[in-house]
Amino acid sequence: MEIQAFQAIYTEITALTKATCTLKAKGITYDELAWVDGRNAQVIKIEGEMVTLQVFSGTEGIGTAAKVIFAGKPPSLALSPALGGRYFNAFGQAIDGLSQPQGEEVNIKGLTVNPVRRQLPSEMLSTGIAGIDLNNTLVTGQKIPFFADPDQPFNRILAEVALRADSDRIVLGAMGISHDDYIMFRNSFKERGASDKIVSFINTSEDPPLERLLIPDQATATAEYFAYEKKEKVLVLLSDMTLYADALAIVSNKMDQIPSKDAMPGSLYSDLARIYEKAVQFPEGGSITIIAVTTLNDGDITHAIPDNTGYITEGQLYLKRDTDTGLTIIDPFRSLSRLKQNVIGKKTRADHPQLMNALVRLYADASEARSKQENGFDLNDFDVRSLAFAKDYVRELLDVRLNIDSESMLNTGWKLLAKHFKVFELGIKQEFIDKYWPGEKV
Amino acid sequence: MTKGKIKAIVSNLLEIEFYGEVMQNEICFVTLGDKSLMAEVIKIRNQRAYAQLFELSTSLKLNDEVLFSGELLQVDLGPGILSKNFDGLQNDLDAMKGTFIETGQKNVSIDFDAVYTFTPLQEVGALVQAADWLGEVPENWIAHKIMVPFKLKGTYELVKIAPKGDYKVSDEIAQLKGKDGEIVSVTMAQKWPVKWALKSYREKFRPSKIFQTGLRVMDTLNPMAEGGTGYIPGAFGTGKTVLQQAIAKNNQADMVILVACGERANEVVEIFHTFPQLEDLKTGRKLKEKTTIICNTSNMPVAAREASVYVGMTIAEYYRNMGLKVLLLADSTSRWAQALREMSNRMEELPGTDAFPVELPAVIANFYGRAGEVALHNDSRGSVTFLGTVSPAGGNFKEPVTESTAKVARCFYALSQKRADAKRYPAIDPINSYSRYLDYEEFQSETESILGANWIEKVKKMKDLLQRGIEARDQISILGDDSVPLDYHLDFWRSELLDFAIIQQDSFDDIDMNSPLKRQQNMLNLALNICEYTGEFEDFNQVSTFYKKLINTFKQWNYSAFESDEYEKYAQELNATIA
Ligand SMILES: Nc1ncnc2c1ncn2[C@@H]1O[C@H](COP(=O)(O)OP(=O)(O)O)[C@@H](O)[C@H]1O
Ligand SMILES: [Mg+2]
Repeated sequence: MEIQAFQAIYTEITALTKATCTLKAKGITYDELAWVDGRNAQVIKIEGEMVTLQVFSGTEGIGTAAKVIFAGKPPSLALSPALGGRYFNAFGQAIDGLSQPQGEEVNIKGLTVNPVRRQLPSEMLSTGIAGIDLNNTLVTGQKIPFFADPDQPFNRILAEVALRADSDRIVLGAMGISHDDYIMFRNSFKERGASDKIVSFINTSEDPPLERLLIPDQATATAEYFAYEKKEKVLVLLSDMTLYADALAIVSNKMDQIPSKDAMPGSLYSDLARIYEKAVQFPEGGSITIIAVTTLNDGDITHAIPDNTGYITEGQLYLKRDTDTGLTIIDPFRSLSRLKQNVIGKKTRADHPQLMNALVRLYADASEARSKQENGFDLNDFDVRSLAFAKDYVRELLDVRLNIDSESMLNTGWKLLAKHFKVFELGIKQEFIDKYWPGEKV
Repeated sequence: MTKGKIKAIVSNLLEIEFYGEVMQNEICFVTLGDKSLMAEVIKIRNQRAYAQLFELSTSLKLNDEVLFSGELLQVDLGPGILSKNFDGLQNDLDAMKGTFIETGQKNVSIDFDAVYTFTPLQEVGALVQAADWLGEVPENWIAHKIMVPFKLKGTYELVKIAPKGDYKVSDEIAQLKGKDGEIVSVTMAQKWPVKWALKSYREKFRPSKIFQTGLRVMDTLNPMAEGGTGYIPGAFGTGKTVLQQAIAKNNQADMVILVACGERANEVVEIFHTFPQLEDLKTGRKLKEKTTIICNTSNMPVAAREASVYVGMTIAEYYRNMGLKVLLLADSTSRWAQALREMSNRMEELPGTDAFPVELPAVIANFYGRAGEVALHNDSRGSVTFLGTVSPAGGNFKEPVTESTAKVARCFYALSQKRADAKRYPAIDPINSYSRYLDYEEFQSETESILGANWIEKVKKMKDLLQRGIEARDQISILGDDSVPLDYHLDFWRSELLDFAIIQQDSFDDIDMNSPLKRQQNMLNLALNICEYTGEFEDFNQVSTFYKKLINTFKQWNYSAFESDEYEKYAQELNATIA
């Protein structure tokens, strides 16, 4: 906080809630930053001469005579190449013990890209994970979350995906993650020699929840700088967006807003969309790809947070444990990449879409066979074969620990089909059968 | 002009003290430095106007000046709308400078300086009324009618009309004289408030003609009608957008208006990217030439979501008045409803169900009511066919937007999560969905004149078979494969055949994505013949093998170009299996 001589200091707070304080002040602009007894705050309501501030670290211990100073500008970040390799808190202050980078200050909310100036995202982003590359192919400029139960190793998988994917820059926005996971991110970036291309904005579970509200904007403003100004391929990691949404709910509740479903604010969709829509492919080459994490309660994807997320993002990667093998996989049924159409069969081999669909369909047949089995019915020949196939499919393709190139995924897929099925059971176009079927053509 | 001052700000809701007269829904502008930000009045109380700002409120403050425009939210109607990309307030996105949309920048709607070749259709002395055609100009392939201004009431005498020639959109092309001798100057463009239905037609009909979409699950099972209304509710990822885009590509309309309302930017980018390349089935020209896009994606102003659907509808009505068949698609109407909810909450109004405003059903009914097929005063016919998507929270159809829409839309295309999970696309539930038009006698006879006698009967037959299939599957899964009669397996596999062969359709395959009506007729006839076949089967394994092979051949048939050698070959093969 830099106090300047001419700045007015207010000391008469008339109302306080857990998250906000209200006072009389002059010449205040909407969204501007302020400090309440040194704590970061932001203007969220102006009503006549009364101004309501959201105090990020909470108002505990704030007195009615607390000193309030206004910054005269909305939250901003100094952008420069010097951000590379650095760790910051939600306010963009260095937390790695190094000096604060200088640069051009920009409003972290940023502007909307004119849709006609966007490029169609169509460059594949390979990860070596078949649950992604084969079934839910990602492209640069896409936005997609992992849907995961809290007990799954989602942050480790997120780090792994980020490090395997080809990018010039990784921006990590951590919201309420455990301190252990923060260390895990830092170490894995270091071990894999990626430290310099990382920029991190960190809010762990030990930090005040409302501070999280600034993290996505910090991360996307940084990403926009590197993607637009520097034409870099930027990967943004946001974890955990559920905790971000929870913070939104706290503020709206303290503002007496009428909640909609699951106690979430009615504007949740718009709030989340504003962040995710920062994903973009610029025609000049730079791009922002957002991979987020949305943790679920009991696997419930109808809850307002994953539900609104699913309506916004370009698909979702649903982490789950395969019951048969105990391996962690990306669920082929509920997962989806909406932009895969832009690359599969076009940038990848022509048989990719049909092969992938056939594999998933047969895996679905296997899960039907399994419930038949569980209900004590006899299995027919096809059921037995589909169950055997499912096991191979998980072990040789879906296991998230595997690292396979795209071409081998397709070849393995054909191999498994030929091992367990007959041509007429697939419904695949004849031309692909003619070309790739490794078995007998009957 | 009335002036005012900002007295309160919460997010994009402004409370303005005004000095003079202000109208409900009047447009006003807030001065921010050298910029002016647009807002719309949504409530007036005690000398205070409450306005929704079409921008972010960042940096606004107490007592900032507001200028009221005296106008409602209007669109510019005239040549130059076709194939444009507009934002939700009809600003031409391509005409904006820069990669990013700057706050409060000056924008244009249509190009008033563009030159078109005008041909008069009336002679001096003619008596005319609002919406009558005075002349026409070529716009892409459409003969764009220049009409008597819609706002005029009563009869006018044409006292001057421009001879055939090239004129700018803003040039005067006619003069009209009113009863009291007042002269009205007419240019090629006029304005109209978006919330008012354009009713300058003689009468509206009950829809009677099938509106071809190329999608079998719609055309064959539950057809849309020209001038009809329909809605597509579904959880995320069940295929609303893909379905609408498929319809936008394969229809027989003269003009298509796509409203991207609060959804993903990349989905619109895909249209920008593909439509200039794709061929229009109706005209043989590029699809982009008959398509206008209204684009207010989720990161664009929330308050403009409502405007975007009304801008789309008003433009549709305008082209309908030229005697054209217009298709209007909106994705997603729920985002518009949510925008209403956000504002209603900020104004601390007493909420209805799920915190939506209580007037939501009325607003939706009113909007759907604007679609329809009409006869103009000169007996030409035009239509607006409307299809909206609905995005119910949690995929649960028991929510206000879905329920309000159900009351007014005549076709219902329910997207099923189960079908989508099983990748059975399009995921339209064939049993729960409906088309009320199938019950209209005039629609039935029109359809049978195209698709043959007893067509409606056949469609019913298909639905019965699908229903029987579901019941058979339930029995099989309760009792087990061996414990049910073979007939159950036959019933089940017949419905699987109908599902895989007819209902499922690959929107990403160049051939399969579009089935002309004639092809759909062949398919249903053949599939029903197959379903008649009883054959000799020893056990259920034989039944499933038999049908799996048939399904496989049917798929190969679907991937073959209509009436190609391959197409005939697979048709023969299918006929042979049941001979
Ligand atoms: N007719 C279809 N054929 C093939 N895939 C489809 C079809 N409809 C939907 N899909 C798949 O489902 C995804 C989501 O569809 P989309 O229309 O975007 O869903 P929604 O708009 O309901 O959220 C698409 O990206 C595509 O992968
Ligand atoms: Mg959609």
